[in-house]
Amino acid sequence: MNSAVIPAPDAGKAAVERRLYFRRTVVNRLALVLGCAAALFGLVFLFWILWTTLSYGLKGVNLDLFTKMTPAPMSAGGLLNAFFGSAVICLIAIVIGSLLGVAAGTWLAEYAGNKRIGTVTRFINDILISAPSIVIGLFVAIVIVMQFKQYSALAGAIALALLVIPVVVRTTDEMLRLVPGQMREAALSLGVPQWKVTMQVLYRAALPGIVTGILLALARITGETAPLLFTAFGNQYWSTDLLKPMASVPVVMYQFVGSPYESWQTLAWAGALVLTVFVLLLSLLARAILLRNKTSHD
Amino acid sequence: MTDARLAIATPIVGATGREVAPAGATKMAARNLNFFYNGFHALKDVNFNIAEKRVTALIGPSGCGKSTLLRIFNRIYSIYPKLEAKGEVLLDGENILDPKYPLNRLRSKVGMVFQKPVPFPMSIYDNIAYAIRHYEKLSRAEMDARVELALTQGALWGEVKDKLKQSALGLSGGQQQRLCIARAIALRPEVILLDEPTSALDPIATGKIEQLISELKDHYTIAIVTHNMQQAARCSDFTAFMYLGELVEFGATETLFTKPTKKQTEDYITGRFG
Amino acid sequence: MAASSPAAALPAAVIDASRRAERDARADKLFRGLLAAAGIFVLVTLIGIALSMLWGGREALAQFGIGFFFSAEWDPVNQKFGALIPIYGTLVSALIAMLIAVPVSFGIALFLTEIAPNWLRGPVASAIELLAGIPSIIYGMWGLFVFVPLVGEHVAPWLNDHLGSWPLIGPLFTGPPLGIGMLTAGFVLAIMVIPFISSVMREVFLTVPTRLKESAYALGSTKWEVVWDIVLPYTRTAVVGGVFLGFGRALGETMAVAYLVGNSVKFTPSLLEPSTTIAALIANDFNESTGLHRSSLLLLGFVLFVVTFIVLAAARLMLLRLSRKEGNA
Repeated sequence: MNSAVIPAPDAGKAAVERRLYFRRTVVNRLALVLGCAAALFGLVFLFWILWTTLSYGLKGVNLDLFTKMTPAPMSAGGLLNAFFGSAVICLIAIVIGSLLGVAAGTWLAEYAGNKRIGTVTRFINDILISAPSIVIGLFVAIVIVMQFKQYSALAGAIALALLVIPVVVRTTDEMLRLVPGQMREAALSLGVPQWKVTMQVLYRAALPGIVTGILLALARITGETAPLLFTAFGNQYWSTDLLKPMASVPVVMYQFVGSPYESWQTLAWAGALVLTVFVLLLSLLARAILLRNKTSHD
Repeated sequence: MTDARLAIATPIVGATGREVAPAGATKMAARNLNFFYNGFHALKDVNFNIAEKRVTALIGPSGCGKSTLLRIFNRIYSIYPKLEAKGEVLLDGENILDPKYPLNRLRSKVGMVFQKPVPFPMSIYDNIAYAIRHYEKLSRAEMDARVELALTQGALWGEVKDKLKQSALGLSGGQQQRLCIARAIALRPEVILLDEPTSALDPIATGKIEQLISELKDHYTIAIVTHNMQQAARCSDFTAFMYLGELVEFGATETLFTKPTKKQTEDYITGRFG
Repeated sequence: MAASSPAAALPAAVIDASRRAERDARADKLFRGLLAAAGIFVLVTLIGIALSMLWGGREALAQFGIGFFFSAEWDPVNQKFGALIPIYGTLVSALIAMLIAVPVSFGIALFLTEIAPNWLRGPVASAIELLAGIPSIIYGMWGLFVFVPLVGEHVAPWLNDHLGSWPLIGPLFTGPPLGIGMLTAGFVLAIMVIPFISSVMREVFLTVPTRLKESAYALGSTKWEVVWDIVLPYTRTAVVGGVFLGFGRALGETMAVAYLVGNSVKFTPSLLEPSTTIAALIANDFNESTGLHRSSLLLLGFVLFVVTFIVLAAARLMLLRLSRKEGNA
């Protein structure tokens, strides 16, 4: 610093600078406090919702919940048929959705990725991921339920499969594109045909990521209600017929929680608790798989 | 590390015979080879021979086309769209660029090892057995013998014989690269193409690979692309210098490095450009 | 080895190799065809969704014409249907959600990228993402059991007293304190979309090159100034993309809203009185509807789909722009 060249600031200027600095600090502090408040806001509602589910739900969790059928109003019962229905519908959905999703994702990553049709499909798929699930339900209702004039578990499974597909397509596509190109070249240079290379080498390399995607998709469809309302509908009784209406936990919850009967409301909350625990465990598992894989590669 | 009983074929000439002329022993040859990348003319009228059971090195500055040339020799380029090779590449006198030439036959005869070690995400054993299974139906014992043979020839057997069932991803970089070489050898190829096989490795691992190369040339015809001129001088019998898609000079390694005939070659090997 | 085998042995080996090569090529082609079919299926599904609902709504469209979209009447008894009120309700509830969710999400992203100490970032980010994992029907149930009474007893009366008499915005906050209505629905929607918006914002904030931020800090900028003057301008389009993504979600959300909005297809200016949204109306009425009524609901579904499609497509395009900038940098 050369004080001969740069004149010392006079008192008035210094005061202006101080005030300016003060204002900047205050604005900064305020922003930081508001940022913390926003994070707190999110966390408060997370715990509030979880707490509500837990406290209402625990009242209804007992052996009957898992062993009895959905009851008539004002009588006791459980959600056995709904649990069974949800398991069946989700299982079919995840199988159909994963097969189609992995296939389409592979097509994007390995064959069509840089072509125009690949770009368009990827874009459309990204939109389908966030598309309203009720619209998917309506689609299946029109194409299947209204044609056969019959609500069915299978229609519900198809609707949920359509929700699984875009999620699995995206993760498969992303994970396969992370596999180094030289791995493909190395396998192909051994004279192994491309379909074998894909099935036996590339899928193995991308497996943890793809499994994570499938688990997250399963977590998502387990709680889906809207697409099942017009497809699988609901069934008060035990049913194993895929071509007939079938109960599912979210739809039963939807019907019961809006009812004036306390026993139904309790059951709805118990279902909500089981559903939430299942979904959160699934997403934790998915994270764990992804994390373990990341560290083992480093 | 040399294991005479494992030798598949005995060398025609002495292993250290740098003085041996290439004439009469051409394994692969490029004839008027041109290559186009999205219309870009990447290789221009390349003519060049790879001598049987010798090491031929391709050197030149980045982007000169040396890797491109190597990648034509087993048609690995053909997995990407918009790439086109014109001219002939002969393997034992047959043109492998002819679409009728069966691809799996070509690739079982001409193996390739890449810059980065890319073990498949499976066990060490399966890495070797994977491609063999595609070509041959072997009994358990036969397969075990083949895997052991390949790993021995790849100079890796001693290090991995107790952990064949473990994931290949757990090996060090140098071990992974030797595994990749063993994997290529396992198919009993006649030619092995090495695309900068040591550029991702440390000096010690590099030394081991170079030693392996000098052992392998007793049984295999080898072509190696390298950035490293010392490496070319150390382990090759013939060297081709490429520049801007053209083959500038080709000859015995010793001659090319001591008495280059072209100015560009001299400039490159003395470090004046590149 | 083939090279050294006698000439007579060669043809057999060659024939074998070419047969295998042919078989491999056929299998490859079949494999590729199957995959392509799956890919095309995804593409066709989207078009199928749009067309199926338009087709299902053709009866209503023929009956009411373009007036369907401008009529505020929804009267199943007299078979008169218009889309204006559910469309209005959908937009207003989603807008309320955005008014709350955007600043909060921004705050969370700010917290997670600039404010929080490193050890806290991971856990808080995961917790916020867990919010996205909770099924939407549970938001609806929580809203119905916890939030509706709260609004009915405390918030709505307070709003009535304090804002109800104001000019212009007064009518928005009048009405009986039922606790249900667009304000409640919008608020719960906001909580639902916060994790989506904040995670996009956080991710794009993290793409800002450190050297850019460091050079601003080196000039003596405060954290806030760095975020406002460097980070936000750098990520502007992607941030807007994230907001649109949340908006698209809010527009189509069904189960959280179905209990909370009141399901009344009558116009009310008040945010505190029962109203409806497209998704809630469909969820409530579809199974009991027939004929023209059902056709009108499907046409509404078509409207919802088209609107969300446009919003989500805009969001994607804006997000793509940042990743392209990333790619070039």
